[in-house]
Amino acid sequence: MTATATNPLTTDPDPRQVARVPLSRLCRVELRKSWDTRAGLWLLIGIGVITAAIVVIFLLVADARDTTLDNFLGATTLPQNILLPVLGVLLVTSEWSQRTGLVTFTLEPNRSRIAVAKVVATLVLAFAAVLLALAVSALATALAAVFFDAGGIWNLSGGDFGDIVVAQLIAVLQGVAFGMLIMNSAAAIVALFALPLAWTILVNLVTALHDLRDWLDLQTTNIALFEHTMDAEAWAKLGVSVAVWVLLPLVLGTIRLLRREVKSA
Amino acid sequence: MIVIEGLTKRYGDHTAVDDVSFHAEPGRVTGFLGPNGAGKSTTMRMTVGLTPPSRGHSTVLGAPYSQLANPGRNVGVLLDASAQHAGRTGREVLTLGAMVMGLAGERVDAMLELVGLTSTESKRRVGNYSLGKRLGIAHALLGDPRVLILDEPANGLDPAGIHWMRGLLRDFAERGGTVLLSSHLLHEIEVIADELVVIGRGRIVAQGPKAELLHAAGTLVRALDSAALKSALDQSGIAVVATRAGDGLIADANTEQVGRAAAAERVVLTELRAAEGAGLEQMFLSLTADDSREEVTA
Repeated sequence: MTATATNPLTTDPDPRQVARVPLSRLCRVELRKSWDTRAGLWLLIGIGVITAAIVVIFLLVADARDTTLDNFLGATTLPQNILLPVLGVLLVTSEWSQRTGLVTFTLEPNRSRIAVAKVVATLVLAFAAVLLALAVSALATALAAVFFDAGGIWNLSGGDFGDIVVAQLIAVLQGVAFGMLIMNSAAAIVALFALPLAWTILVNLVTALHDLRDWLDLQTTNIALFEHTMDAEAWAKLGVSVAVWVLLPLVLGTIRLLRREVKSA
Repeated sequence: MIVIEGLTKRYGDHTAVDDVSFHAEPGRVTGFLGPNGAGKSTTMRMTVGLTPPSRGHSTVLGAPYSQLANPGRNVGVLLDASAQHAGRTGREVLTLGAMVMGLAGERVDAMLELVGLTSTESKRRVGNYSLGKRLGIAHALLGDPRVLILDEPANGLDPAGIHWMRGLLRDFAERGGTVLLSSHLLHEIEVIADELVVIGRGRIVAQGPKAELLHAAGTLVRALDSAALKSALDQSGIAVVATRAGDGLIADANTEQVGRAAAAERVVLTELRAAEGAGLEQMFLSLTADDSREEVTA
């Protein structure tokens, strides 16, 4: 409760000559926001623990000849594919549900820069999650090589690893997009899982819609990524479905973010 | 320096802020006074770019707020002290702010000390904070700004806390800083502010130096025939802003104007003097009573 310093405030430089906040700093701040709350930290720990657990379980139950690096890594992709989008959603929606947007958007009034920082931060986190999966899988492969005859085969190609990275980056980006568009944690998470699921069921049940499925159902088009069977046509189909399910909500969500009134109540 | 010119915000048919204009000058603490729902927060949000105005514009330090580079280094803003992530510690909230502004970590410690938050308190999560106001003030002061925009900063503080804030803001203004703070409580503003801007139902109803507005509390007048006095004041276009016990009227004019109005209608006065004591409170109540009543029933 001491008095402030006594230097006169008028000697400060002209406000318009203060440098803009560098984008890299905004990205670091957004990254920090992902783990500096209890909920965020536990979500990250959860992703790590589940990734490690699934590899351990696979190591214990798999036949020796199946204990290959690409199988270990493949086992981690499904849980990460489900959890990473939630991470993306929460990093965006907490600004509204926890009302921190009041501070975030007064410290950086250019909201599109905040949007970019959030996208970069979530992509970094998703990449880190895949690297963790790779590290755990490598450890498991090494263990398998020691304990099993003919186990622990190092067979992962750079291309296959790239497929998994792409799949998880798409997943986390979809979470960010839905978070920006819906701006409410619970609703965004429900929509993120329910809408694509409903769409997948619909286009699979109705034979006449199978063409739509092959081009516009992300759950269908990303199978080739996980099965490492990507070719030109598969990339084209993946691109079209990503445009509809990820880029479109991301664009609409960004527009909404730029226009929305930031209020405390 | 904050310049607000013709700011207007409409939500459908409802006009929350209606053509609000005022300046907040360096070296002065400007109090933004009005009942809840009068448009204070909306005006402040428009000033810092969180709410797009329907009409009008505003500048802070000569530029629209949204065009300030690293605004935290120039303008300290506290809009809602409770608007913090419940799972973040107080220290972490300040650390994030310091990171964005590009400040050293020592600045966080200095601000925690300034607002009297102990090391233990600062490590608690904001969800358990009873000291959110102090944390909010610390955040606003973090970037060593030249302008402070504070929405209801004293709300919920005890008298000692209000006294502390007055010292803090007075010191800030004396060093050449500009302070704009809002309150719906007259006694807070009366203690802290130099200049007053009074708002009711989205419109500015009075503004000027506190001393001047206090002075303009009107004239207490009594007459043998109170009805005749009312009609005499009415004919001279003098409003009766309040009544007092014993048929006393508070007229919105000086003693000479009231005296002339009474003389013109040959009303015998029994008392005529400048109203005092109630001061600003009288003004605040009279200026905003109708508005706030309608707000409640609306």
